[in-house]
Amino acid sequence: MGTRVGIIGVGQTHHASKRLDCSGVELIAEAVTRALDDAELSIDDIDAFIIGNMDHFENINYVDMWATDGLGSFMKPVLKVTTGGTTGTTVAASAFYHVASGLFDVVMGVGWEKNSESDTQAAITTCSNPILERDAFAGAIGPLASEYSMYMKTYGATEEDAAIVAARDRNNALLNPYAHNRMKVTVQDVMNSPMLSYPIKLLDMCPRSDGSCAVIFASERAAKKLCPRPAWVHASVVRQDYTHFGDLEWEYMPTLERASAEAYKIAGITKPFREIDVAELYLPSSVTGVKWMDSLWLCERGGAPKLIRSGATHLDGEFPVNPSGGVIATNPIGATALIRVGEAAWQIMGRAVGRQIPNAKKALATGFGGCSWSSVMILGADLP
Amino acid sequence: MPFGTGENSSIEKQSEVRELGDWKDEVEEIVFPGKISVPYSWTVGSTLSKWYAQIRDDAEIWANKCAECGMVFVPPKIKCINCYRDMNEWVKLPGTGTVETFTVVSYYEPKIHPRKPPFVYAVIKMDGADTGLVHFIGGVKPEKVKVGMRVEPVFEKERQGNILDIRHFRPIA
Amino acid sequence: MERVAVIGVGQTKYEKGKKQNFSEMVYEVTTKALKDAEITTREIDNIVSVSSDFWDGRTISCMAIQDAAGAFGKDTSTVEGDGTFGALYGMMRILSGSFGVTLVVAHHKGSESSMSGITNTAFDPLVERKLGIDAISSAALQARRYMTATGVTERQCALVSVKNHGNAMRNPLAQLPMEITVEDVMNSEVLASPLKKLDCSPVTDGACALVLAAEREAKKLSTNKKRVWLMGVGHCSDAYRLGDRDLADTRALEEASESAYEMAGVGPEEIDLAEVYDAFSYMELMWLEGLGLCEEGMSGEYMERGYFNMGGEIPINPSGGRLSSNPVQVAGLSEMAECVLQLRGKAGKRQVKGAKIALAHGINGMCGQSHCVFILGR
Repeated sequence: MGTRVGIIGVGQTHHASKRLDCSGVELIAEAVTRALDDAELSIDDIDAFIIGNMDHFENINYVDMWATDGLGSFMKPVLKVTTGGTTGTTVAASAFYHVASGLFDVVMGVGWEKNSESDTQAAITTCSNPILERDAFAGAIGPLASEYSMYMKTYGATEEDAAIVAARDRNNALLNPYAHNRMKVTVQDVMNSPMLSYPIKLLDMCPRSDGSCAVIFASERAAKKLCPRPAWVHASVVRQDYTHFGDLEWEYMPTLERASAEAYKIAGITKPFREIDVAELYLPSSVTGVKWMDSLWLCERGGAPKLIRSGATHLDGEFPVNPSGGVIATNPIGATALIRVGEAAWQIMGRAVGRQIPNAKKALATGFGGCSWSSVMILGADLP
Repeated sequence: MPFGTGENSSIEKQSEVRELGDWKDEVEEIVFPGKISVPYSWTVGSTLSKWYAQIRDDAEIWANKCAECGMVFVPPKIKCINCYRDMNEWVKLPGTGTVETFTVVSYYEPKIHPRKPPFVYAVIKMDGADTGLVHFIGGVKPEKVKVGMRVEPVFEKERQGNILDIRHFRPIA
Repeated sequence: MERVAVIGVGQTKYEKGKKQNFSEMVYEVTTKALKDAEITTREIDNIVSVSSDFWDGRTISCMAIQDAAGAFGKDTSTVEGDGTFGALYGMMRILSGSFGVTLVVAHHKGSESSMSGITNTAFDPLVERKLGIDAISSAALQARRYMTATGVTERQCALVSVKNHGNAMRNPLAQLPMEITVEDVMNSEVLASPLKKLDCSPVTDGACALVLAAEREAKKLSTNKKRVWLMGVGHCSDAYRLGDRDLADTRALEEASESAYEMAGVGPEEIDLAEVYDAFSYMELMWLEGLGLCEEGMSGEYMERGYFNMGGEIPINPSGGRLSSNPVQVAGLSEMAECVLQLRGKAGKRQVKGAKIALAHGINGMCGQSHCVFILGR
């Protein structure tokens, strides 16, 4: 059986639509340096590195090799993992397994993206099957929009429900100095923003950002020595779906249901809504911030609109979601899900300055990507 | 709570490797041609921007030096690979160097090769630095290039701030 | 620490211009590996796939093969790099206690992409990429540096090609079984001096899958005849820029192999056979030294003395090596598959008699920047 694992340091860049002040490697170095500072460690303390991004967004092949100078991984073990949108949680999971395996003591996971260096939609379109789907159904917005229109029809959710989520996350971002889009918006502003793909409007949708995030994982022994209040990893679960968009279940989110159910089971959580103090969810669009509440077992299927309208997911609610501002405020794709884990860890560590949920003892972080697959990580203040 | 489980039985049902059916011999195999063309623009960053500006504006090759271990890097580093500390000390190099290894390239890949074969790549150990620079060797017949040969840079007249501002390195007469 | 075993292997034939697409190849090897392990997808609790968005020409390339690997509803992850790194991650996931049985699967279709263009993008767009350098021309720089530093000759390197293509004659899965001579290699077309065509690996399509299992699961699911243990593993990366390294230096490989030997509790002298990364002939000689399987600078001479031949002191690349089939992302995983077959005593005409401990070595990046070394044992 593996060793228990805790997060002992988190660093992220100031995210922006264009970080013209630095190269990709420099962006990575910024996050790495901040994570080391956060953990009060030096690069020599890191035993192994994991890095992830999406290749075609910067056109760098063998990123794990290219990033050596920024990572500080010279003459150290490095592994590259990549799974599309979930890349960040894939990096976190990989760092977790590196340590839990007993092979490494202190490990750094890094996610990054410089979306400004390419045409993101042109690059992401190539994720669709070139023989069946690429010409007809591709890009990120279409599938998400189809998903929500179906949910609206089935359960009576509204465009306003999504707008409440968008306004919530965007206003939370005002509290987060690292966030990319920081603007005060009202539900009406969201409703009035230009329609992208019915029912998704501009302010419902995530931006594309330049940014990087680094998270340091350590074994129980090292974490206790190095960190006053580590964020212990209680569960890390991924669930896969089918490969083709046409095969997917659109009415609910099966992979998130399955991944969170398994994660709750591993973490001993039976009433997630009550037991979890804060959540950092990978919501690529505000519409998923409505629909996926069902899939996280926070309410009955179809209960999300009521839950969102109640204000329970706001900063002062019973189940605060995305104090950081979430993905619709900041989206450096390869880092996005790792930022969820990093922000959740900071909440547990008491370091989420300005957006801290008081006495957060259990946090939920999720990743979404690929062909609608989900990853879930649960962190806690107490040893698992 | 009805915890969901994912079950896939497609492979279980089909645990044997299927024999190729006769129809596969008849089928006309179709291949879709494709090309990913996405435009890119890479931010150079302050360290290499400074380096390229010196090549472009002054036809000079600079390096940077780690204040801790003293190692001198060309191209300059954002962080010392040994010490992972910021590099703030700049050193002007004479530009000359020694061929550490080379290859005469005979094949032609028009999409990536900026010149036609035969041409010579070399790792040039730069005087005043601890590292080598990868570049072309020119101004000499490829078969005359030797390991240990002393070389100097030849700069393009019109320079744009990239690695091809150095046309090549040539033997020192 | 709990041990991890390989309990199943599956490989396609390695060839150029396969008609199967990625998922068909992955389906083939997944099915073969499961059959070899005598289990079904039900026993597989997680999957690590290995693929590259560049080689596959597709963003999120792992999406293409998930159904074929039986990933629906499962915990999965994807490593980009050589197959050995995928096996490493699959092994870690088991050692963590979170999983019992991992399917590791890699696929590659070199014939559908441009080697030169793709490996050129491994170089920094800010510096070396504009020079047009790629895998072959950078390897040529390393080859000459290695020869200069050690005195190894082109003819000695050619012997590697002769040996490995010859070994491939006894491997029905190999792409280029050939009886050739040193003269054939020396007279083959020069691509980038000192590398000639027969010093270089071919363009290959293929896939490979391994089923890894925790000790407890392995003993439950498989018999002793099938089980091969992953005794040790190590990985390490050198500097990125070619000029930051002495290209003849194998320090990263030394680090990686020392970790692997230490974990396995064996020394290089106990290795009965090795599958060593030989995308270029000189690499086999160079890495043999880095792996401690030969004294520094001596591998050329040992090669001449037949030390690494089948029937020699330590047979290297009995499968025919990457020189005979080089499905890039798959390469290291197919090496591990070969080691498993050898250790089971099921390597047919190329069987190394009495093989008990084998070594597999994969690389990542240009000129062997990063290495992953596995020690496998009965």
